[in-house]
Amino acid sequence: MAADFSFNRLPCNERAEVEITIEGHKVIALEGETVAAAVMHSGLRPTRTTAVSGTGRAPYCMMGVCFECLMNIDGKPNTQACMTEVSEGMVITVQQGAREIGGDRL
Amino acid sequence: MTESVRLNRGSSDVAVIGGGLVGLCIALGIQKQGQQVTVYDEGDVALRASRGNFGLVWVQGKGDNLPEYARITRLSAQLWAGLADDLTQHTGIDIQLQQRGGLFVCLSESELQKRQVILEQMAIEHPEGYPYEVLDLQQLREMIPDIGPEVAGATWGPEDGHVNPLYLMRALVARFESLGGKLVNAGRVSNIIPQQGQFVLQTEQGDFSCNKVVLAAGLGNKELGPMVGIDAPVFPNRGQVLIAERVRPFLHYPTGHVRQTEEGTVQCGDSKEDVGFDTGTTTEVLAQIAQRATTMFPLLKEVNLIRSWGALRIMTPDGNPIYQQSKQYPGAYLVTCHSGVTLAAAHAGPIADWISTGSADSAIDLEKFHGSRFQL
Ligand SMILES: Cc1cc2nc3c(=O)[nH]c(=O)nc-3n(C[C@H](O)[C@H](O)[C@H](O)COP(=O)(O)OP(=O)(O)OC[C@H]3O[C@@H](n4cnc5c(N)ncnc54)[C@H](O)[C@@H]3O)c2cc1C
Ligand code: FES
Repeated sequence: MAADFSFNRLPCNERAEVEITIEGHKVIALEGETVAAAVMHSGLRPTRTTAVSGTGRAPYCMMGVCFECLMNIDGKPNTQACMTEVSEGMVITVQQGAREIGGDRL
Repeated sequence: MTESVRLNRGSSDVAVIGGGLVGLCIALGIQKQGQQVTVYDEGDVALRASRGNFGLVWVQGKGDNLPEYARITRLSAQLWAGLADDLTQHTGIDIQLQQRGGLFVCLSESELQKRQVILEQMAIEHPEGYPYEVLDLQQLREMIPDIGPEVAGATWGPEDGHVNPLYLMRALVARFESLGGKLVNAGRVSNIIPQQGQFVLQTEQGDFSCNKVVLAAGLGNKELGPMVGIDAPVFPNRGQVLIAERVRPFLHYPTGHVRQTEEGTVQCGDSKEDVGFDTGTTTEVLAQIAQRATTMFPLLKEVNLIRSWGALRIMTPDGNPIYQQSKQYPGAYLVTCHSGVTLAAAHAGPIADWISTGSADSAIDLEKFHGSRFQL
């Protein structure tokens, strides 16, 4: 997974580094960033596939309205990545199609 | 433009007032018979049950106070597959009809018993047979493994099913227009003037004439009916609906309160509220709907809710449809019901035929659906 250099961090106040895991790769993000920003910067595409046709999607509005950024974050499916801040040790995976429910039974 | 030119341009064999499910089904059925049909609809300001409903093709329990209603409901359920095939074949729109049977899930023994009594009574009233089963929790679990432990049981109707009501609307419009039917958004029809065996419809965009007129205006029928001598005391009854995100399939059969669409969306609903023309939602009722849904299927506690809405049913005092031709002005018909999805195939078939030919299918006793039954 190569970093996407069309997304660059602007110089800003010093912020602590946070280590997260995106699709099994350790990635360094900055405290206060959203998962969507970190994922975009990491180069991961798509970040979800749709429930009906299975086509790929990625974060779009970055402000909580379009629901294109749904990912599995720390085991919680269909979570809006643009509305979730990164935290140390966070595990993020692609949301594949419709989410599971009902735990082990399915 | 002179008035007569306008009338000419705007004339048709049959005018249908109301472009909801009821009007569109009837318009399609008559257009198929080769008569020129025009549907007049208010446009997007309308109160439109057809856009806010639950999508059930539902038989069990319908018509418990009128055997003819149960009969036409079952007839419609039988004709539904043909309607769906016709629509899909000619429009390419898959309206997602499934008729594998449906469940009415009861949360308490007394609720289950009440349902059982209703269905037993219906079986007596229908010597031709009235198929249903009463399932206890164990039997229900075999059909739906994710059913909640607090559920008492369910009644099973093998003829029940569901459909995507919005694709249905789209397919009906496409099929109707492809046959040459006209859909006119001319605003409200404010007046109907019977004139020498014909009818003139007055709208915001001028007058239109027709040989026959079908009043299928939902709640608007109350005002329009008397203009052609038909009494239609319909009133609104609100239902709120709660939509959850798409999840992997877990519910193979529709239930009276929760269903899962083919794409995985979970639809919960079925409140019945007397609140006038208010289409809003309330936290209290939505919470009750969510409570019932999660008791039925505890796994729904995890899911995210994404939408809710309120919509108005079109109710008659006894809950049964009105099908009536005007005695005073023959050629004027009124059709209304509170289960326009279920009855869609009857409306596009035998009811449309009754209006286009003037004589009813012997299988249905339309006299029983006369609006005059509400007069004291
Ligand atoms: C919450 C809810 C759930 C439901 N669930 C189910 C279900 O699961 N299964 C089922 O079978 N049914 C269900 N229904 C009922 C079903 O939706 C209705 O029976 C059906 O949509 C009625 O269709 P309609 O065409 O008569 O009315 P509407 O859809 O209300 O359409 C009436 C049309 O008439 C037009 N109109 C009115 N007045 C005028 C006028 N003066 N001039 C011109 N146009 C006019 C309006 O513009 C409107 O488009 C449900 C309803 C609700 C509210
Ligand atoms: S990117 Fe639009 S809601 Fe997250």
